[in-house]
This record gives sequence, C-alpha cells and structure tokens, in this order.
Amino acid sequence: MTPPESEGAASETLIASYLGGPARTGSRFTFWLGLATLIGLAGVAALGLLAAPADDVQGDAVRIIFVHVPAALGAYTALGVTAVGSVMWLWRRSVWWDVTAHAGAEIGVLLCGLTLVTGMLWGRPTWGTYWEWGDVRLVTALILFLVMVGYLSVRALGGDADSVATRAAVVGLVGGINIPIVNRSVNWWANRTLHQQSSLTDGKLADLTLFTLFLAFVMAAMAILWMMVHRFRIGWLERQLQARDLDEALAARRAEAAR
Amino acid sequence: MTAVDLRGAVVLLGGFPALAGVDLSVERGDIVLVRGPNGAGKSTLLHLCAGLLRLSKGNGDVLGCDLGADRAAVRRRVGLLGHDTALYGELSAAENLQVWARASRVGETDVPGALERLGLPPRLRDVPTDRLSAGQRRRVALAAIVVRRPELWLLDEPHAGLDSSGRQIVDSIVEAAAAAGAAVVLASHESGPAGDLATRTVTMAGGALSEGMAQ
Amino acid sequence: MTAWRELSRFTGDAVLVASKDLRIEWRARTALGQMLPFAVLVLVLFGFALDANRPTLRLATPGLLWMTVLFATVVAVQRSVAVESADGARRMLLLSGMAPAAAFAGKAAAVAVQLLVVEALLVPGVVLLYDADIESVPLVVATCVAATVGLAAAGSLLGAVVAGVRAHQTVLPILLLPVSAPVLIAATRAFADGFGTVAVDGWPWVALLAGFAAVNAVVGAVVYGPLLEDT
Repeated sequence: MTPPESEGAASETLIASYLGGPARTGSRFTFWLGLATLIGLAGVAALGLLAAPADDVQGDAVRIIFVHVPAALGAYTALGVTAVGSVMWLWRRSVWWDVTAHAGAEIGVLLCGLTLVTGMLWGRPTWGTYWEWGDVRLVTALILFLVMVGYLSVRALGGDADSVATRAAVVGLVGGINIPIVNRSVNWWANRTLHQQSSLTDGKLADLTLFTLFLAFVMAAMAILWMMVHRFRIGWLERQLQARDLDEALAARRAEAAR
Repeated sequence: MTAVDLRGAVVLLGGFPALAGVDLSVERGDIVLVRGPNGAGKSTLLHLCAGLLRLSKGNGDVLGCDLGADRAAVRRRVGLLGHDTALYGELSAAENLQVWARASRVGETDVPGALERLGLPPRLRDVPTDRLSAGQRRRVALAAIVVRRPELWLLDEPHAGLDSSGRQIVDSIVEAAAAAGAAVVLASHESGPAGDLATRTVTMAGGALSEGMAQ
Repeated sequence: MTAWRELSRFTGDAVLVASKDLRIEWRARTALGQMLPFAVLVLVLFGFALDANRPTLRLATPGLLWMTVLFATVVAVQRSVAVESADGARRMLLLSGMAPAAAFAGKAAAVAVQLLVVEALLVPGVVLLYDADIESVPLVVATCVAATVGLAAAGSLLGAVVAGVRAHQTVLPILLLPVSAPVLIAATRAFADGFGTVAVDGWPWVALLAGFAAVNAVVGAVVYGPLLEDT
C-alpha cells in the first residue's frame, strides 16, 4: 500500500504539471518566515504572560493589549489593502490586485473579529461592561467588521470571476471610503470615549511592557504577511486553474459541433 | 466597408466558453443569417457584436470601433433585438420609444411613424406594454430599433412570435435597411423563411462557425 | 462651451432616467405601496412597544424615524433594481450610450424623491402620534435633504452591486445598513436638536450628512459604468 505522504506528493506533482507551475502555497521563504513567527509569538506569549508586570490600575487585564492593539492595527491595514486592491481592479483590471484585495478582506475579518473579542474581554474587568457604546474605536471596528463580512458575502455570490471581482471591488471601495466617516460620526456622537487614549505615549507603561508590545507588533506583522502570502497564492492558483481549464473547455466546446 | 470583423473571438460566460473562437466578417449591405441549434452561441455572438460583452481572447472591430477599447462607441451605433424585449412593462409603447429615442439622442418625431410601420394599432400605443401580447411587444421592440436607424442590425430570432404579416414587415424593414447601407446579422435555429432574406448563411455549432458552410 | 453642453446633456439624461423610474413607480406603486403603510405601522407599533410612554417616545422619536427611513431605503432600492432587471431593460441604459454617471444620478434621484415622500409622511406622523415639537423647521428640512441624498446615492450604488444576483434581496441590507450607520447617527442627532429633545447643535451633523452624500455620489458616478458593463 502506498504511504499517504507519497500519495500527497504524487498528486502535488500532478497538479504542478497541470498548472505548469508550483502547486503549493508555501515556499522556502514562507517556511522560514512561518517558523520565525511561531518562535517570536512564543516569545511574546512568554514575555506578555509572565515577564511583563501587571498594571497598577488594570491589573493582569493589561496583558490583552499584546493581542488587541496589533490585531486592531492589522485589521485597518487589511482594510486599506482591500480598498487599494479594489481601486486597482476597477482602474486597471489587475487580477493580481483583485486576488490581493480578497486575501486582505479575509484576513481583515479575522483580525477585526479578534480585535472585537479581545476588546470586549478587556472591557469587562476594566470598564465593568463588555460593550461600551461610548467607545469610538470599538463601535467603528464593529462597523468595519460588518462591512468586511458584506464584502465576503458578495465574493461568495459566485458567477463570472470578473463580474464578482467588480461587484466586490465596489463594496471594498465604498467600505474603505466610508469607514473614516463612520469613525468621525461615532466620535462626535460618543464624545466621551472611555478608550485608553494612548497607552503608548503617556509614558506610564513599563519598559518591559513596551518592549513586549513592540515585539508583538513585529510578530503580528510577520504573521499577517505569512497569511497574506498563503491566501494570495490560493487565490492566484484558483485563477490559474480557471485559465488552464479554459483551453480544455474551448476544445470541449468546439467538439460539440462534431456531434 | 466592413461592419463586423471578428478574429478568433472567445467569450466566457461564467467561465463557460459560449464563443470558442469565432471568425466572422460582415460587410455593409450584407444580410447574414447565423443558423445553429440551441446553445450554439448565436445570442452570445449578437451580444458581442453589440458591444455588451467583453472578449476573453481574440479581437474584433465593429463599425470600425475596437471591441476591446471602444465598446461604448459600438453600443451607440447598433440595434439589438434579443430574446427579451428590453421594454419597461409599466410604460406604454409610445413612452418606451420616447425614452429610448431621447436617451439615444434621435428624434422623438419618428416614434409614431416607427410604431405605424411595425403595424401596431394606434389604440395599443398608449397601453402599458406588459398588457400587450408577446408578438405585439416584439413589434414595439423592433420599432425601437427602427427609431434609432442603426448602422448594424442584430436580430435574434427576428420572426419569433410574429404572425405572417409581422414577418413580412420585418423582412421588408431588414431589406430596406440593408439597401440603405446597414449591415444585418440575423440569428435563427432554423433556416426557415429568414433564409430567403439572407444574402449569406453561416452555420454555428459549439461556439464556433462551421468551416465551409458559408454559401 | 463644450463643458456647458456636456452638463446639460448629463442633466437631461439624469432627468430622463429619474422621470422614467418615477413614472413606472407611480403606475405600479410597488415601493410606495409598501413603504408608506410600513412607515405608519412602525409608528403605531413602537407606540405599543414603548408602552405609549410619552417622554420615552419623544426621546426615541428621531431614532425611530430614521430607522424607518433606512428600511424604506432598502425597499426603494430593491424596487429600483428590479425595474431594470425585468425583461433585460437594463440593456437600454447601456445601449443608449448615455453617460453611466447620468444613469446613476437619475436612478438615485428617483429613489431620493420616494424617500422624501416617506419622510413627508413620517415627520407629521411623529408630531401627531408622539407629541413631537418641531423647533427648527430649516434644520429638519436640511437634515432630510442631506440624509436622503446620501442614502439614495449609497443605496443605488450598492443596489447595482447586487443587480442580477439571485440572492440580491438578502445581500443588499447586509451591504447597505453598515455603511449607512453615519446617516443614522447624524440624522438622529440633528433631529434631536430640531425637535428639541436633546441639547445639541444639529448643524455640524447636517454638514456630516452632506459630506457622506457627496462622497457616495462621487464614488457612484465613477464606478457605475464598470458595474453596468461587468454584471
């Protein structure tokens, strides 16, 4: 009996020959990037959970910023990537940017969800409530999350790849442009934000906490890059597969005439 | 002068190659009948020539405009009768044609004449088109093309749903248009009466024109 | 000179599309026939839900009113999309050769007019049923206009996104409602000032509504062409 590994390898070579290119989403670069990220994240966990001191006021709850703040920053970056990719598809019909926009939206939904969950978990012990309507960033993040879910639901509608790309790109563009307005409106509306204004610059954080947060930013950036590369390649391979299928489909279509 | 010039045209609809490499050339004054079974790609071919679809492969010109870069210019100059009539059901025949004439910047004054030419009784002109019969709606849709006086006529099953008087009217309109220098492409699943009208017949199957079938 | 001609063509085409949509709506009364009874029903049902407690009702009035308008937008946009989808009528917009931006402006204007009709029913409705007092008529009118243009623009654009899709009736609210959050917030605050229920200054909120309207109208005008062609 064939061992499963070689069966997998065989099917991989088959796909590779079919596509005329590598059928993997990984590469030597992403392998080392992934490994370094894992080690770094373990370091963040160790420093954040054990070494960094508890906050005078917030206690151990402060440790959640090592996840919350990088995730929030990542979510907005992903939205930016999706908005730029949407514009580039509409303007130049660039498939590369279309696939990038889709990858950005999927990772953005994940990070935005993470931001919301960690924010609420932190809010409970600190503010005494999971959800604080007066908090601009939390409310904006929720709207952003809903917009991105809408983007993905348009992506899931199916149909012609170019037509789905255009529909989704308009949603990405509209979402990206309206989020600042959402932020502004919520800001005026609440006008009494409870959010930590800027824990980073008020100088109250311990040096070790700051260092851990810095490391967490770097590791989050690496993790997001790793996910982006893989998600992008999945989308790219899907597009290649469609292009490859085209030649076969054309031959099959012409053969209808013979019947 | 060439009105339609397609070279290896491929059109994908939802990933499916509805057109799988079509070479077609139509001169002004020609009446070309595209014959073929259901699903051969005839309607897609007409929509492509109308500038409504994007070429996935190959290239083509319609009325001297490139189908890649200049489809908007193509759309302004063609007349297309599809399976559906593209009429607003709540509006009357006259209203539909007025909207259409004003949108495509041709005289509204031709509207009554066009409806008369298609033999739509005056009492039906102000009735919402969704209360008309299928054949009557088809006449209104044809009148919309007459109003526009296009340089390229694209008629999908021009005789479908029409009685014998309607068919005669369509034939005379098509012949008059061709005589005036317009190009006409008809699509039909049967050679039938439309065959007598055509100056040339090509056969379509499997998203391509069959070789050697042109007369 | 040419710019002037372009502008007059643009306006002419937009008016043509808008008047066509409104005439169709007037004949069929599909959207208004749903929206107006719905709006009245919401007013009555919220009276029950909030136990006809006058102070509560008065406080909740601006929010209730704009929630209703938001839902009415979904109905109006769905109808506006359906008009073009039936029997391939959308092809007319493409084949006519008119500027897609003009078609967008016309579609949005028709939706806006219908929403203004709904608001013209809702505002007197809350005055009669909820004892609301209008303290500043200009503020209320300006809010209605700015919010309506924004909702109609964003709605018509996202309506075109889902046009021709089988699941469009469920997808449209998912797309439109989150993006409309600033309209709900801003219009509610501005009305709170206009009705004198909360001591805020409503005019900055009207400016925000105008900004939302401008941004979404411009985006819609730019991307409506690619949307019509690709879908």
